[in-house]
Amino acid sequence: MKTGRILRSVLIALLLALVLRPDWFVPIFAPFAPDGGPVIYQRASMLSLSLSHLGIVTLASAAATIVAVALAILVTRPAGAAFRPLSRTITNMGQTFPPVAVLALAVPALGFGAGPTLVALFLYGLLPIFENAVTALTSLPRATTQAARGIGLSRLQRLLRVELPLALPVTLTGIRLSIVIGLGTATIGSTVAARTLGEVIIAGLLTNNTAYVLQGGLIVGLFAVLIYDALVQLELYLTGRMGG
Amino acid sequence: MIGIRTHISPPGLLFAILGLASLLVPFMTLAANRIVAGEGISVLRIAGPTITAPGVAAVTIGLAMGLIAKWTRLRLLGAVFGLAGLLWLLSRSAPILLSQAGEYARVSPAAGFWCLVVIFMLLMADALAALKPGPLMRGILLFAILVALVLVLRSGMLSDLSVLQEFSSRRDAFFSEFLRHLGLAFGSLAAAAVIGFPLGILCHHRVALRGATLPVLSFLQTIPSLAMFGLMIPILGWLGSTVPGAQAIGIAGIGFAPAFLALLLYSLLPVVGNTVAGLASTPPAALEAARGMGMTSSQRLLRVELPLGLPIILTGLRIVLVQNIGLAVIAGLIGGGGFGTFVFQGLNQTATDLILLGALPTVVLALTAAILMDILVELTRRTPEETV
Repeated sequence: MKTGRILRSVLIALLLALVLRPDWFVPIFAPFAPDGGPVIYQRASMLSLSLSHLGIVTLASAAATIVAVALAILVTRPAGAAFRPLSRTITNMGQTFPPVAVLALAVPALGFGAGPTLVALFLYGLLPIFENAVTALTSLPRATTQAARGIGLSRLQRLLRVELPLALPVTLTGIRLSIVIGLGTATIGSTVAARTLGEVIIAGLLTNNTAYVLQGGLIVGLFAVLIYDALVQLELYLTGRMGG
Repeated sequence: MIGIRTHISPPGLLFAILGLASLLVPFMTLAANRIVAGEGISVLRIAGPTITAPGVAAVTIGLAMGLIAKWTRLRLLGAVFGLAGLLWLLSRSAPILLSQAGEYARVSPAAGFWCLVVIFMLLMADALAALKPGPLMRGILLFAILVALVLVLRSGMLSDLSVLQEFSSRRDAFFSEFLRHLGLAFGSLAAAAVIGFPLGILCHHRVALRGATLPVLSFLQTIPSLAMFGLMIPILGWLGSTVPGAQAIGIAGIGFAPAFLALLLYSLLPVVGNTVAGLASTPPAALEAARGMGMTSSQRLLRVELPLGLPIILTGLRIVLVQNIGLAVIAGLIGGGGFGTFVFQGLNQTATDLILLGALPTVVLALTAAILMDILVELTRRTPEETV
């Protein structure tokens, strides 16, 4: 546990340095740059790219969470039960769609820029959240739901005070999966002209400048690993609090 | 009234409403050449009434056949009927639209067509879910659909569409990238299996190793694909230039090797994780019995734990295969080949048809692999789930 905490702080410090003070890394990246070529990506600041990247992912994941949880509530009510087999088919088959393909297919429909990336992230992000929320809402302990009915809670009260709080940890796992996929897909989004950290990697690939690839790759990789870790910790905390 | 309403399938009703709405959206796009944005054309204007009337009628009747919840086979038939109507509209109108336009004109299906295709496929899936076909039946259905797809594409009835024009101008490249894509996806799967199975078995027996391996592999899994593929370049470039003979066997900074290694690293978690989970899923009673019969630990592994854990282990391979087919697209960015080559060339040239030429086969490939692996998983399940 202790080594985990030290490793985490080292990685956070490394990420902050890479984003805020990229010039410090010139000696490390220089051997990978072409002779006489630039070592550090200068066309945009790492901070603005990071903020734009995280902004796109946050926006898409927030929208996906709201819609997916609403849909999950809908199909787990008696009125929406007829849609449950269909929704299962859609989530199963939809998740086999490669994220890159979703992104590429969004371009003919929406043109270039942040738009198709947001839509692809949103659509793809829906699936794991929806799947996990439905699983959580349909596998609540029977004793608890009956007790809630027994003490006279209305349907809405049962949903808000019992079912949703109990479904939270499993739903959160879905949100984590969706965010991790979103971070990766947003990186590829720079091939369709969305402003994300992928821009640095793509620039490196196009100009054969491995220093750029390293710089962009390290920042994106560290963001993904640290965000994933933070969400896992949050889930552990919530599960622990509920005595799960 | 109530009697009728209970017979109507709510998803069927939704499909009918969405389907009729999709008929109002442009059905085809006509563009002056392969780069410029096209102009959408409504379904009523794509051709004369002798062509549009039967097509629209087939689509409408297909949607109506999907309405009655209990008549599942009729709903399935409705989906086939509707798809046939769409194919009729598409194949008949394309040459007519092209003949009225300039020399370099391109005609392609538009949003209305794609929405209707998705709606009829969902109708088909909804009806099939109610029929609950067994694994063999699902295999036959998948085969029939793929054969129908190949026959339609080879018949030339759609050859006026811009995606297929794009295909015919690079037929050889298409098939070599197809093979490359399969090589990347299946090759890395095989390598992951060769490394992952023994590692999983070791992890099953040694708790300490499991505690160290699985978290590392799951962190690898979270690294965004573009970063992973990119980071392989300096690593393999260094290997290629320092290790003697490495370059001779194709290890270099760009190309097949970094893409293959990146896919391999992504594949390890599902293989190792599911091998561990599969071996751990053996019921204690079965293990007890095996021990009581005097089986050694390797006999128990081969005859009891592996066969019983096979469905879970195969599920891991399913995840890897579907994931790799999708991720192999990124290889196109680092010179690794595969369908990604077309996708990213298309994005660079803003040539929609080229993007589709790369993306559509990838989607079909991923779906086919997923359905086939699902069938395989079901066939290996020896005991019904309920009795476990």
